[in-house]
Amino acid sequence: MHVPDGFLDAPTSVATAVLAAGALAVCLRGARRELDDRVAPLAGLVAVFVFAAQMVTFPVGAGTSGHLLGGALAAVLVGPRTATVCLTVVVAVQALLFADGGVSALGTNVLLLAVVGPWAGYAVFAGARAVLPSRPASVPLAAATGAWASVVVAALVFVGLYAVGGAAPVPLDALVAAMGTWHLVIGLGEAGITFLVVSTLVAARPDLVHGARPVLGHAKLVVAQGGRL
Amino acid sequence: MGSGHSAHLHVDGSSLLHRLPPQVKLVGLLSFVLAVVSVPAGSLVALGCLLALAAALLLSTGVAPRHVAARLVVSLPVVVFALALPFVASGPDSALGPLTVSSTGVTAAWTVLAKGLTGILSAVAFAVTTPPTDLVAALQRLRAPALVVLVLSFMVRYLTVVTQELARMRVARESRGFRGRGLRAWPVLAAASGALFVRSYERGERVHLAMLSRGFSGRLPETSPLTARPGEWATALVPAALALTASVAARL
Repeated sequence: MHVPDGFLDAPTSVATAVLAAGALAVCLRGARRELDDRVAPLAGLVAVFVFAAQMVTFPVGAGTSGHLLGGALAAVLVGPRTATVCLTVVVAVQALLFADGGVSALGTNVLLLAVVGPWAGYAVFAGARAVLPSRPASVPLAAATGAWASVVVAALVFVGLYAVGGAAPVPLDALVAAMGTWHLVIGLGEAGITFLVVSTLVAARPDLVHGARPVLGHAKLVVAQGGRL
Repeated sequence: MGSGHSAHLHVDGSSLLHRLPPQVKLVGLLSFVLAVVSVPAGSLVALGCLLALAAALLLSTGVAPRHVAARLVVSLPVVVFALALPFVASGPDSALGPLTVSSTGVTAAWTVLAKGLTGILSAVAFAVTTPPTDLVAALQRLRAPALVVLVLSFMVRYLTVVTQELARMRVARESRGFRGRGLRAWPVLAAASGALFVRSYERGERVHLAMLSRGFSGRLPETSPLTARPGEWATALVPAALALTASVAARL
């Protein structure tokens, strides 16, 4: 999923880095609203969680397995701004400490995995949540829709970037077909994992799921007379 | 992509790359890789020389090849993409044995392969010579946004803690007879991931309270500011200068 060095030419790499830096600057300002003053330690641990969750391999059968990308999941759990900050750090650590994803493509990878992924996922999630009945049980379903969309949209944005500054001229319709079909399938896996993880969390700790807040309602504080409830 | 992340790549040593200040090395790496990417397609001699330079840099760190071999597997997608390019790219066709391939695609395949491998080798050379805490200090010195530096420092600090927690959860599952095969394993693995999120989040809250009670004001103090001599900057920028020269010469 990470774009290596040399897939996109230097001007495109620099342009995506500028776009990614701009988006990150906006999200840094907004992240404090999503997690108040606990933002730094919590965002740090959420970043570690995303990194670790990507290491859990989900068996698909016939010896193959897949893993979570986590952009949409992070956006649903902690809000899209914090998710962008966390995923940016995850992508940077993967490139600089694990040589995973090109260093010159860092801006491209941040744009695709930390900006487009979480925001496309969150937009579709919010739309689906508005359409579905206003119940906690709708949240995992909406999250799964968002996760599927985040993978497909990120793949299509990559195709767009490749059309602008790709290494070799590949017929665009063939590339859209190949990347699109492949990522429709990968998106299904992402949706399945996201659905299951969010269901677990909505059942166990709904207060920690940022995207579930509007549908939780407010529990009333009941003060009983004489200490009896 | 999802495996092999459990251990940091860094290895102690005393090579030239180990001794360069991290912020200098980071700027050197970024500018080198960007200059390599800017080399026009088809200048295969120049790209071959730069690939050899990156390999030499990695060898100069004195790290055992066995240690980095696993990380070089990340280059697999590059190789697959490069192998596919001659068949999918458009442009004039030429014959390659019994097959018809696009000649632009063949040139592009070599270019992508050389650039991708050069990038991976130089990133590995950076990772094996730079302790994770030095990366935090380097980004702080290079004026990265304070929140990003903080998040990165927490990530570096708790990466091992959380991945070990994940490993303990796996041992717990397997000692209860769980064998992850097929789609039926998914709910169990997802529940574990959910539990990991709750534990990470609560750890974040605890750490934050502990930091507040020790006087944390929202900024990471710069305890020992990094310094670099002009000579060190010059050394670190040599590969980038060579790559830029190659890039300009190839266009003439």
